Amino acid sequence: MGFTITEKILRDHSSGDVSAGDFVLANIDKCLANDITAPIAIEVFESIVEGTDKSVYNKNRVILTPDHFTPNKDVASAEQCKILRDFAHKNQIINYFEIGRVGIEHCLIPEQGLVSPGEVFIGADSHTCTYGALGAFSTGVGSTDLGVAMALGQCWFKIPESIKFVYYGKLKDWVSGKDLILYTIGQIGVDGATYKAMEFTGEVIETLSMPNRFTMCNMAIEAGGKNGIIIPDKITEIYLKNVGNKKYKIYESDKDAEYFKIIEFDCNIIEPQVAFPHLPENSKPISEVDGMKVEIDQAVIGSCTNGRLEDLKIAAKILKNQTIHSNVRCIVIPGTQQIYLEALKEGLIEIFLNAGAIVSTPTCGPCLGGFMGILAAGERAVSTTNRNFVGRMGHIESEVYLSSPAVAAASAIKGYITAPNYL
Amino acid sequence: MKGNVIKYDEKNINTDLIIPARYLIKSDPDYLAEHCMEDLDKDFILRKDQIGASIIVAGPNFGCGSSREQAPIALKASGIKCIIAPSFARIFFRNCINIGLPIIEFKDIDEIHTSDEIEIDFTEGILNNCSTKQKYKILRMPPFIQEIIQSNGLVNFARNRIL
Ligand code: SF4
Repeated sequence: MGFTITEKILRDHSSGDVSAGDFVLANIDKCLANDITAPIAIEVFESIVEGTDKSVYNKNRVILTPDHFTPNKDVASAEQCKILRDFAHKNQIINYFEIGRVGIEHCLIPEQGLVSPGEVFIGADSHTCTYGALGAFSTGVGSTDLGVAMALGQCWFKIPESIKFVYYGKLKDWVSGKDLILYTIGQIGVDGATYKAMEFTGEVIETLSMPNRFTMCNMAIEAGGKNGIIIPDKITEIYLKNVGNKKYKIYESDKDAEYFKIIEFDCNIIEPQVAFPHLPENSKPISEVDGMKVEIDQAVIGSCTNGRLEDLKIAAKILKNQTIHSNVRCIVIPGTQQIYLEALKEGLIEIFLNAGAIVSTPTCGPCLGGFMGILAAGERAVSTTNRNFVGRMGHIESEVYLSSPAVAAASAIKGYITAPNYL
Repeated sequence: MKGNVIKYDEKNINTDLIIPARYLIKSDPDYLAEHCMEDLDKDFILRKDQIGASIIVAGPNFGCGSSREQAPIALKASGIKCIIAPSFARIFFRNCINIGLPIIEFKDIDEIHTSDEIEIDFTEGILNNCSTKQKYKILRMPPFIQEIIQSNGLVNFARNRIL
């Protein structure tokens, strides 16, 4: 009997003779925490090493990214960040990212070459599943697990069964990875892949760019998935080369690997999608949405889901020589400093500013209702983020509609939710 | 491990029923234990003690809802030594192991009744219903999981390992 890529990576990081359903204590390659989750993880870590001279298991493999409420939005967030900074100094953590270098963690870490195919990567953040796009086993854990991992370099897992998703056909205009994943969640529901590995395959995935792959794996958690994963190929290798990542091991699923389920999607019929409040599974095709004339107050283009250069390029292409609708506040947030700089060099920032959008420093900000674009009661936003739960971007009576950057940009111009092909 | 059963047939017993949010003001395990399960069964503690139960058997998706770690803490502090259900909410499952409370996925809960005496061999993966004299296979728990449980949770397990 063969194994899936997820099983193989976990086998090689543990006792070996295991498969889906078994418990393993796996050696982890990297672990990550942010300004919300690190303080608790650090407390757990301190209680484990108390009275000893032990430091973190490997100072090169612990990554700290204060990205949620930074630049420090208030005193409380400043205090949180200080805990990270002090801990990083004390333990000589190499990959502590201060303001000026930090970006949204799930954009930053692949860009910095800090995650590789074949690795086991855990993060105290649910969207850590993003890095499965590079063929790593990558998943979100709690702060206790992370504190323990920082001390031991290990984490326990129940090896997940895999669901194989096969995307065939040809993508329509303006359909991106975001639309594929919103469509998928719409089909299977927000608990459709609970505890499972979501393995994305098929001819469409094979030609999909890395940013789009990150977007898809990023939202595996929105279907309840433990991890999303894509088997590395030429596109992955070119990406890795560009970020200077040379050492890695590529795993592939065996032909006779066992899957919990195989689900096929015909991409010829998939349109740009919009997920209506208040669940990511409420996705509707744009042809249906456009006629509804859902008026918006805000458009957000950014986040760990869609804050990469390719996303900004698409938004800029649509916003070029256009004006943001007078009723709409358009907020663009490049995911990292490097993306920001590239966007500046390529003239994208100028396009956004000329159109009447604002451009923020990299931060999670409005994605989790933190700051930089909070909604008032009754307000609506179209957003390229990943969650549209009640109150996610502000007041509990506000609404978030999830979409791709193309749809968000087109909607910002029109003042209601639409796609570029309707402009 | 051996113990008597208290059974709830309900499915989707959520963490609000296990420990209502109004008691989250204190984190003292004994305080939480006093209010454990009370919105589902206000006589939980009384009944449990009468039959000397230390094993909960329940319907599917046990522990769903909020991810509060106080839920397994309350159960453990109330004297529960093991939870058996056809399925568990993912985070609850993880929280249980992390605080050292064994948890078993077992489909045939119809075969177990309140007051039954159950014996579990985690190493061999056998559940023995001593009252009906039936034995069932369950997932084996590898030594490290048993070590976590014996250490009284993941944090102590880690501390023992680095000392
Ligand atoms: S951008 Fe949003 S979803 Fe992503 S890490 Fe930040 S808060 Fe979480």
